Amino acid sequence: MTQDLIQRSATNDLTQAPQVRDFQQQVAKLIDTTICIGCKACQVACSEWNDYRPEIGHTVGVYDNPADLGPKAWTVMRYNEVVENGKLQWLMRKDGCMHCEDPGCLKSCPVPGAIVKHANGIVDFVSDLCTGCGYCIAGCPFNIPRQNPVDKRVYKCTLCIDRVSVGQEPACVKTCPTSAIMFGSKEGMKVRADERVAELQSRGFANAGLYDPQGVGGTHVMYVLHHADRPELYGGLPKDPAISPMVSFWKGIFKPLAAVGFIATFAAAALHYIGSGPVTEDDEEDHHD
Amino acid sequence: MTNHWVDIKNANLVVIMGGNPAEAHPVGFRWVVDAKIHNNAKVMVIDPRFTRSAAVADEYVPLRSGTDITFLLGVANYLLSNDKIQHEYVLNYTNASFLVRDDFSFNEGLFSGYDAQKRIYDKASWAYQLDEHGFAKRDPSLSNPRCVFNLLKEHVSRYTPEIVENICGTTQERFKVACELFAETATPDKTMTSLYALGWTEHTVGSQNIRAMAIIQLLLGNIGMPGGGINALRGHTNVQGITDLGIMATALPGYLALPSEKFPDLPTFLAAVTPKTLVQGQVNYWGNYSKFFVSLLKSFYGDKATPENHFGYDWLPKWDRLNDFMYTMSAMEDGKLNGCICQGINLLASFPDSNKSIRALSKLKYLVVIDPMDNETSCFWQNHGEFNDVNPASIQTEVFRLPSSCFAEEEGALVNSGRLLQWHWKGADVPGEGRDDSECIAGIMMAVRRLYESEGGKAVEPLLNMSWNYVNPEAPAAEAVAKEMNGRALVDLTDAGGNVVLHKGQLLSSFAQMRDDGTTTGGCWIFTGSWTEAGNQMARRSNADPSGLGVMPGWAWAWPLNRRVLYNRASLDPQGKPWDPKRKLLWWNGAAWTGYDVPDFGAAPPGSAVMPFIMQADGVGGLFAQGKMAEGPFPEHYEPIETPLGTNPLHPNVVSNPVTRIMKNDDNFGDPKKYPYVATTYRLTEHFHTLTKSSKLNAITQPEAFAEISETLAKKVGVQSGDMIKVSSSRGAIKLKAAVTKRIQMFKVNGQEVETVGLPIHWGFKGVAVKGYLANRLTTAVGDANAQTPEYKAFLVNVEKA
Repeated sequence: MTQDLIQRSATNDLTQAPQVRDFQQQVAKLIDTTICIGCKACQVACSEWNDYRPEIGHTVGVYDNPADLGPKAWTVMRYNEVVENGKLQWLMRKDGCMHCEDPGCLKSCPVPGAIVKHANGIVDFVSDLCTGCGYCIAGCPFNIPRQNPVDKRVYKCTLCIDRVSVGQEPACVKTCPTSAIMFGSKEGMKVRADERVAELQSRGFANAGLYDPQGVGGTHVMYVLHHADRPELYGGLPKDPAISPMVSFWKGIFKPLAAVGFIATFAAAALHYIGSGPVTEDDEEDHHD
Repeated sequence: MTNHWVDIKNANLVVIMGGNPAEAHPVGFRWVVDAKIHNNAKVMVIDPRFTRSAAVADEYVPLRSGTDITFLLGVANYLLSNDKIQHEYVLNYTNASFLVRDDFSFNEGLFSGYDAQKRIYDKASWAYQLDEHGFAKRDPSLSNPRCVFNLLKEHVSRYTPEIVENICGTTQERFKVACELFAETATPDKTMTSLYALGWTEHTVGSQNIRAMAIIQLLLGNIGMPGGGINALRGHTNVQGITDLGIMATALPGYLALPSEKFPDLPTFLAAVTPKTLVQGQVNYWGNYSKFFVSLLKSFYGDKATPENHFGYDWLPKWDRLNDFMYTMSAMEDGKLNGCICQGINLLASFPDSNKSIRALSKLKYLVVIDPMDNETSCFWQNHGEFNDVNPASIQTEVFRLPSSCFAEEEGALVNSGRLLQWHWKGADVPGEGRDDSECIAGIMMAVRRLYESEGGKAVEPLLNMSWNYVNPEAPAAEAVAKEMNGRALVDLTDAGGNVVLHKGQLLSSFAQMRDDGTTTGGCWIFTGSWTEAGNQMARRSNADPSGLGVMPGWAWAWPLNRRVLYNRASLDPQGKPWDPKRKLLWWNGAAWTGYDVPDFGAAPPGSAVMPFIMQADGVGGLFAQGKMAEGPFPEHYEPIETPLGTNPLHPNVVSNPVTRIMKNDDNFGDPKKYPYVATTYRLTEHFHTLTKSSKLNAITQPEAFAEISETLAKKVGVQSGDMIKVSSSRGAIKLKAAVTKRIQMFKVNGQEVETVGLPIHWGFKGVAVKGYLANRLTTAVGDANAQTPEYKAFLVNVEKA
């Protein structure tokens, strides 16, 4: 599988990635929020396939359980009650790693090879290399990775790379009862999305569209939304996600000079400042672990 | 279901009312999504709550819980007054043209024949006018004021949009949107499917809710059509199978009746239950009642059942009163029962008024609980603090716990909502000391029989004469039981020409082979054909779909006779032409009916006077239900037994269903002044009843009890989402988290504001989820007048900050 790794963290661009396996298809997961019934089968399938069990929590008066993503909750359903022209809509979105074409987590990771991108587009964390610095948390424009307070490592959805590598769809896709989660080549999923968008527009959702944000080079997890003009309605999906300028700065200019220790230290400190928010929040969240 | 799950994809309009399939049937819901995406169908949800189903619907129409009949008769009124009905269908395939007796009437909320003292009806007048041959009189011109069509028109004319708004709280504007969507399917090439579940049945007018929709579907010509029908979505894995096998107080397998003590012998009983044909030449398939019944007795009593002893008729228990579960709990509370065997249900959590259940169980000498879990029922005597505040020392009931298998640990057939018997195999063995459910029951049966054999006793014949021919009588194999249900020939069976069609001992392939002379057996006549000499039909797994309509006749086996759409002859016009060429299921091949589905019809050629509703004595769909329903041949709006209005705006003297059974101790109804809000209980996708709170993954996804309330009620009570509240009824109180949501709204009804309190039922004092109260502490033990299903969907509560 290492021959599939076309991008790895903290690795000089002068070190070329393996290029023999150039016949791999770019994959994508397409999540159609308009036929999602919020059943959470995807959450359970993720837990079962990946062998993790978060603590049994409490209800806080909404259907979101677990209440947020966590080191042991790589995908969660987000429910939003929105009133449009006097009509209530209950928007549901499966949240989790977007598998960016231009991954902010990978770019911000200071450990060589701790975050990798496969030729098919899947972005994965190599947990035994993770030092728990939390930079990926700051580098993610979607607020996805979560640190485990026990081992300090950071976790997120792997897009079931272990399943995809042997020709199976991700566990959430296989379990989804309404086929709201689909999986295939990125091109094929875009065609599928076009059909869905056309159908939604015929039903009066003039702003229906595909969420495949170009600020991160497109994503390998895409959404069909009724209101593609306002993705924030869906549990705060960012409208124009982009990698933090600090990460771009660090990668684009300083990285070739990484040997210069004092600059790296400066950058790291700055990044840690950005990253500290989510890490702290996460610590509280998983206090019981 | 008259139709089946896959068939939902053929609908042009999916009406979800009295159910929430996205929540409770997420896997089957894919066919609703399929209808939307591939058949351009509209989905409409009519419900007091904005549900998960509503989240993916095109239209959501709110109504106050317990007012579905008002809404539906309002729709019927719209269809009739705007001439949006399928005329040819209504005239030929319903009883619209039948004349009703002159002494039938409806006045001020009561139909003719009411006995106020006994709270029952004499239904004699709810019948057709008969001619000298005993056949129903008809007026095909529909001009006679006594024909069903005109009586129905008059009956529903009171349900104007203004009345609907006043009773249901649905604005006239939203109601009009709904009516127009219904009306679009009145054309022959458009169908509407009706999906319902416990949201209709768990009312004191539950059966009539379904009747109201059946009337609409008949007016629209949607019964028998692919993409149409009245489709009950069954909840528990095998609850359809339980119904088919007659696990009810006055039923026997295959929808046969358990005789009451009024019928001293078999001929008297059969004469009373076998319907007389009401229109010349109709199929009237229940005319074969005696064949099904005698075959069942042969199955029960084997060689001991002979013509001389009326096939063991005397050994059947004869009922004196409706000994259903609610009566039984009341009798138990009164100390009239010594013991109870509880299997397949977590009684304490699932029955209404759980404080009453605890009082009743505490009176028992012994309680046997057969269950995979150490559930609330077998732990009712344990003190769990505020969640089960009992004193174990004062409870003398001896509890026996028999750990049993889960469905995935058993082999056998499950019957799904679409009447499909699907054979399944064990996924795992029962852990620990657990045994199959059948092994638990057979073990008890054999032990009791041995005791009677050695020690004697009174009235032991039914037990000792029971046929029990299994290889291992302590653990009957699923295969053997399935074949027993199917039935066998006990002699060589010949056809009319004297040719042998089945040899002695062979399995029947159709219930048409059954005889009433004791030469056939069959434990459940509607299952005949499921396991034939050709093998186990339920284990078939071909998903070939030659029709493209999702019929898939080679996938498992559906009762009756592998028919997927009931009354499918009604998908064709009287001349045998499909109402919609795109939905062609059947055709006449010159000599017989054939098609993609098994024809639901006799041999009468196209254009004959034989009508498609072959199970009806009159051959037609009933807009008017002759004598069958407890509270009237037409549905009528009655308020829930606990009404927030304290009156019925249509007829103040008859507020609630006049024939509901109210037992002593159960008349503890709440005063709306003290308990002003309408509570309704329901299920969530994340859980299966009270079983999965013992499963960690389910508990993670919905860990803790909550009540859903509107923003207006939250403001009134002074709470926010996540705060603890106390919800109380006149029967008990529970504390749980508040979930304040826009999905629940206040209704303006009859000049007052009515709030809804939504109560998911999944938590209790056992399991791994957060401990909670049983929601059924609050509910009332009064049920539907026909089926006795408790009114879980509309009862009165108060809400306070806890």
